[in-house]
Amino acid sequence: MRFLRQAGTIAVKDLKAELRTKEAINASLSFALVILLLFSFAFDPTAEQTREISGGLLWLVFAFAGALILNRSFSREQANDCLDILVASPVSGAALFIGKAVANAILILAVEVVCLPVFGVFYNITWTKRPWWLLLVLVLATWGLTVIGTMFSALTVNLRLRELMLPVLVYPMMIPSLMAAMQLTTLLIAGEPVTGEDIVWLRLLIGFDIIFTALGIGLVETVLVN
Amino acid sequence: MSAVAVRDLWKYYGDYPALREITFSAEQGTCLAVLGRNGAGKTTLLRILCGLSRAARGEIRILGRSARHPETRARVGILGHGIGIYDELSAMENLRLFARLYGLADIENSARHWLERTGLAHVRDGLVREFSRGMRQRLAVARAFLHAPEVLLLDEPFTALDDRAIAMLQDLLREALDRGATVLMSTHQLREALELATHVALISRGRLVHTGERTAEMLADPGWLYRHYGEA
Amino acid sequence: MGTRNKLIYLLAALGGLLVIRNLYVILLQFPDEAAQGAIYRIMFFHVPCWFICFTAFLAAGVASILYLWKRRMVFDNVAVSAVEIGVVFTATGLVTGSIWARVIWGIWWTWDPRLTWAFITLLVYLGYLMLRRAIDDPTERAKNSAVLCIFAFVSVVITYKAIDWWRTQHPGAVLSFRTGGGNIEPAWEMMLLWNFLALGLIAAAVLLIRLNQEQVRREVDGLRRRVHEL
Repeated sequence: MRFLRQAGTIAVKDLKAELRTKEAINASLSFALVILLLFSFAFDPTAEQTREISGGLLWLVFAFAGALILNRSFSREQANDCLDILVASPVSGAALFIGKAVANAILILAVEVVCLPVFGVFYNITWTKRPWWLLLVLVLATWGLTVIGTMFSALTVNLRLRELMLPVLVYPMMIPSLMAAMQLTTLLIAGEPVTGEDIVWLRLLIGFDIIFTALGIGLVETVLVN
Repeated sequence: MSAVAVRDLWKYYGDYPALREITFSAEQGTCLAVLGRNGAGKTTLLRILCGLSRAARGEIRILGRSARHPETRARVGILGHGIGIYDELSAMENLRLFARLYGLADIENSARHWLERTGLAHVRDGLVREFSRGMRQRLAVARAFLHAPEVLLLDEPFTALDDRAIAMLQDLLREALDRGATVLMSTHQLREALELATHVALISRGRLVHTGERTAEMLADPGWLYRHYGEA
Repeated sequence: MGTRNKLIYLLAALGGLLVIRNLYVILLQFPDEAAQGAIYRIMFFHVPCWFICFTAFLAAGVASILYLWKRRMVFDNVAVSAVEIGVVFTATGLVTGSIWARVIWGIWWTWDPRLTWAFITLLVYLGYLMLRRAIDDPTERAKNSAVLCIFAFVSVVITYKAIDWWRTQHPGAVLSFRTGGGNIEPAWEMMLLWNFLALGLIAAAVLLIRLNQEQVRREVDGLRRRVHEL
């Protein structure tokens, strides 16, 4: 109970601070749009072809644009040594981690929700054939990316060169989540059901979320207290 | 029981011992000034007491519990190099946030009370980003005192403050001492610290070379201690 | 000469002699394979490389957990040395595999599950080595890289499984001689194990050398800090 209240306080604080300046979310959104535009040069965007690789395209956009938000998450705390105050406060490391992850996930989901219709319009794709399934995949995969991203944001918070370091560390770790999300998203945008063999991807997504959330909760205190 | 008790504390950076067999205690209601040159280990020691850093060896008891115990952390107030305040939030929002994190019962009133005490009531809804340096520092002081801490850990508290804020902080610390709080501060600003301190500890190269009561001698000649231990 | 140094020389000498003996058998005694010709011999190095790579990363993961538990620097030394060995053997495995693929498949690279996984593993652990270089305080470095190493191992295992599932839906077009199942000649199988032993001995010698180096480096770092203090 106390854990949830603390995590909630941290999440609300992060969201409020971000929405007031909109630094990360504006950058992330613009970056996402730029990537969406760039894709049109990479291949000839006929609807059929695009649909076949839509999952891959979208998740590349989300992963790259999301990194900007994740990057800000702990560097925001650095400005006035706020991280020290939080770590020294009665808030547990795990609550801090979950609070930040929730705030990050909400922001990234917001970017994704804006990107989807834009993608649909630009590439002439109807993506609303299975909206609830798609939402489920978005939430699960975004949480997976966010947990890894938040953890590594904490791990690198005091590093010189952290902006250079973070992408190199984070993306290879995100591969299982990204891969599953790409597969499922392509299926769902084509309007196919998630059945039979494809269930394995959903399981992978959920399993990955659980394992890395548990690892994060277990290890974040070690990371924050040096 | 001492409010703060440290026994045989060691901290390493790799093989290099940054703190070596530190042992001291501070009784309730006293103010211990931790003195020493830059790099002597004052900040490292305070970070360990704050629970921001882990000692390699040794025992720390703050109000009878370990430094990382949530109960301990709720009863300790901290003022460090950085102000620990969010620029994107207003003064009131900052205090409300920390009141909530420290689990205070009456969030609104304690936040308002401390804004008044630090003379920031008129800018309660102003964003910290727009504050002057002095105002930010006063807000940081309000943040540290907000939850009526029983132990105050201050790292160079006077360094960044202007005259007015120094006077205010000294008053608040005196008041806290009167109500039985314990204060530990690291500083190289001897005059301000010694006025308040009841006890003095001198750290040199990671070792505690002197602990004892603050004498009238020190107050009259703040440099005495340093000279006495060859630290001039 | 300390016991540890003697052990290093012993391991290296044994490993070296065994490699020479194995090379002699592989190159001069074994006949060419019917389908693949001479190139199949590279497998006697390729396969043991992967055994060692997996062993090394597992060891690094265990050492990292032990470090976080005991906070003894020696575990950090083991972790970094094991990761370095793992990375070298991963790279060797990729290169030998690539050469084999060029001859047999006619291409250097294909996005086969094992290849993809090996490449990701290499990237993950190169990230680990990069992170280490960015942290100056040895204690902080040991702690943060231990956390990363645990994440790395878990994610590498998951990725391995995931890619396997992924590709089983799109079966590969080419058979490797490992998947032939059961019909590998006993002498060849023995040779794989002999070479695993030989390379393992050399890896162990390198590990011990690196442990020494890490220890000395930390001592030097400590002394340097003491000098700054004066």
